[in-house]
Amino acid sequence: MAQIRVEALDKSFGTFHAVKSANFTVEDGQFLCLLGPSGCGKTTTLRMIAGLELPTSGTIRLGGEDVTMNRASARDIAFVFQLFALYPHMNVRKNIGFPLKCEGVGQAEIERRVVEAARILRITELLDSPVSGLAGGDRQRVALGRAIVRKPKCFLMDEPLGALDTEMRDAMIRELRALHDRLGATTVYVTHDQLEAMAMADTIAVMNHGVVEQVASPRDIYDRPASLFVADFIGSPPMNFLPFRGGLATGAQVIRLGEREVAIPTAREALPDSDLVLGVRPEHVRFTDRGMVRGEVYGAEYLGTTQIVTVTTRYGALKARTPAHLTFRTGETVGLDFRPDTLSIFDKASGRAIRTALHEGGAHG
Amino acid sequence: MTVAAHSVVDPTPRTRRFAGALVIVYAVITMIPLAWIFLTSFKSPDDAISYPPKIIFQPSLEGYCNLFTTRSRQTPDFIQTLGPPQGMCDDIARSRNMVIAGPSNYLPRFVNSLIIAFGSTVLAVALGTLSAYGFSRFRVPLKEDLLFFILSTRMMPPIAVAIPIYLMYRAVGLSDTRLGMILLYTSVNVSLAVWLLKGFIDEIPREYEEAAMIDGYTRFQAFVRVVLPQATTGIAATAIFCLIFAWNEYAFAVLLTSGNAQTSPPFIPIIIGEGGQDWPAVAAGTTLFLVPIVVFTVLLRKHLLRGITFGAVRK
Repeated sequence: MAQIRVEALDKSFGTFHAVKSANFTVEDGQFLCLLGPSGCGKTTTLRMIAGLELPTSGTIRLGGEDVTMNRASARDIAFVFQLFALYPHMNVRKNIGFPLKCEGVGQAEIERRVVEAARILRITELLDSPVSGLAGGDRQRVALGRAIVRKPKCFLMDEPLGALDTEMRDAMIRELRALHDRLGATTVYVTHDQLEAMAMADTIAVMNHGVVEQVASPRDIYDRPASLFVADFIGSPPMNFLPFRGGLATGAQVIRLGEREVAIPTAREALPDSDLVLGVRPEHVRFTDRGMVRGEVYGAEYLGTTQIVTVTTRYGALKARTPAHLTFRTGETVGLDFRPDTLSIFDKASGRAIRTALHEGGAHG
Repeated sequence: MTVAAHSVVDPTPRTRRFAGALVIVYAVITMIPLAWIFLTSFKSPDDAISYPPKIIFQPSLEGYCNLFTTRSRQTPDFIQTLGPPQGMCDDIARSRNMVIAGPSNYLPRFVNSLIIAFGSTVLAVALGTLSAYGFSRFRVPLKEDLLFFILSTRMMPPIAVAIPIYLMYRAVGLSDTRLGMILLYTSVNVSLAVWLLKGFIDEIPREYEEAAMIDGYTRFQAFVRVVLPQATTGIAATAIFCLIFAWNEYAFAVLLTSGNAQTSPPFIPIIIGEGGQDWPAVAAGTTLFLVPIVVFTVLLRKHLLRGITFGAVRK
């Protein structure tokens, strides 16, 4: 297993700039998720680490060695594809053993390692089946088997659960993470599904339009988003945004939102008068009669333990997550209050989060 | 599950019967000429040109004998001086006051056809598979234009360039050579092969060869060991189309070949017998000419049935 370092990685396809100066490090044994909407460059980044695409510029180091221009076969990595890419003309045993055969490993050793991989993945009884008849989850286990049988430097996975149904996906999320912990494998996992990323990753790298917007733990990504995009992309429903205009002094503890003052985490930088955005997670919105923002209830989505209440205000529709037992009538006028220590402030033009006391609680500051 | 009384997608029994009848009528119409040629090949020359045509007749192998031999007319007295007839064909010839002078050119022409048709098919499919793979997998500059250029070579009838090709071939010494004909048919077929095979290869997920490349193969090894086995359907279908073209081609063969490299199509119609066209021999030549294509198609029919839809119903 090895550390992966991606430095100033750039990739253009003709005039399309797919990845813009990406930087991140995956420590030895770490599980990193590349998360973002489709077309954000996450798969291209992964394919460059694998050697399936060559970068326009930048470096990729695998275990300290510069492999940027190396062939995929010379990198000693394993790749798991969304569509499994099992060879249809081979059975399960041959599929799992194929990478070893390519390396010229002896037949007895191949057999021993295939059986061991199958045991880890609990597909021993499937070894002699053709791959065409397998269920989605079993196919993915075979694909994983092909990856782990070689004991590579790292695992690269491109939406490996994307083709599975929800139930199977939940099971495989737990299995994948358990497998990762057991093998101590450095893993880079590409997904557009934030729940998968949150559930499995040690570190998430959120990408948008080819730019790595934030690299942090799932908790930090959620609680301390580094940009408007991250705040909007992560969380369901996403963060509420209230645009306002104003300046900010270092040490400021309130902002002016309309005629009211709203308490915020202490500002750690000064900002001239400009367009700003206040970000509030739905679970940090409280209903109080003396609330600083007033609005009309538009509707409520019942989710079992909680409900999402949509309130129309002068700042647009705000969503609040509240316990399910409260009742709201459509059209009812309510007051809303925000939990001060959780609020984020963004610069509207650049999308960047303004540094406040909020960022001091996190591991990555 | 029971079949619904009025399924939207399944044809009703009446439609089914109508479609079946239509197919049978079409099959009969297309089969009649073939059946007629087959019957004619077993007629005597007199039966072959009798009017009204004979459907019931005394079968004879005279057509096949005449196809493979050349004969010369002799006086009955001279024939008397020869020993006993050497085999059935000699017997038939003597009954018509002829003796067999030697083998005809049919066999060498047939061999030419085999070499040229299979040679050009192998070449066209090999080149086509490699180019199709290249177009399918790589960012080729001007890809669309190149593909259109390749397609555009089929937009005019090949015979339109017959004269320039004739002059070119004469200048470089390819006239009336097997190599010349192989190259010519390959150049006509390769465009078809590229387009057909590109469709098939596009449908093979590239993850397969990428997985193989990560597992330690070079791209070429991945192509040979992973892509080709999955493209067999397309390759078989393409090979049949190419073979049929090269096997049947008449116009260029008439123009560019005379002795050395002449193929069967220009040879068969000019088999001359006593007093004109030897129809049973022509029919026999045509019947035997059909055999290789029938055998090849039957051998590959499993692939062809899936391949003919151009990959549309791949599992």
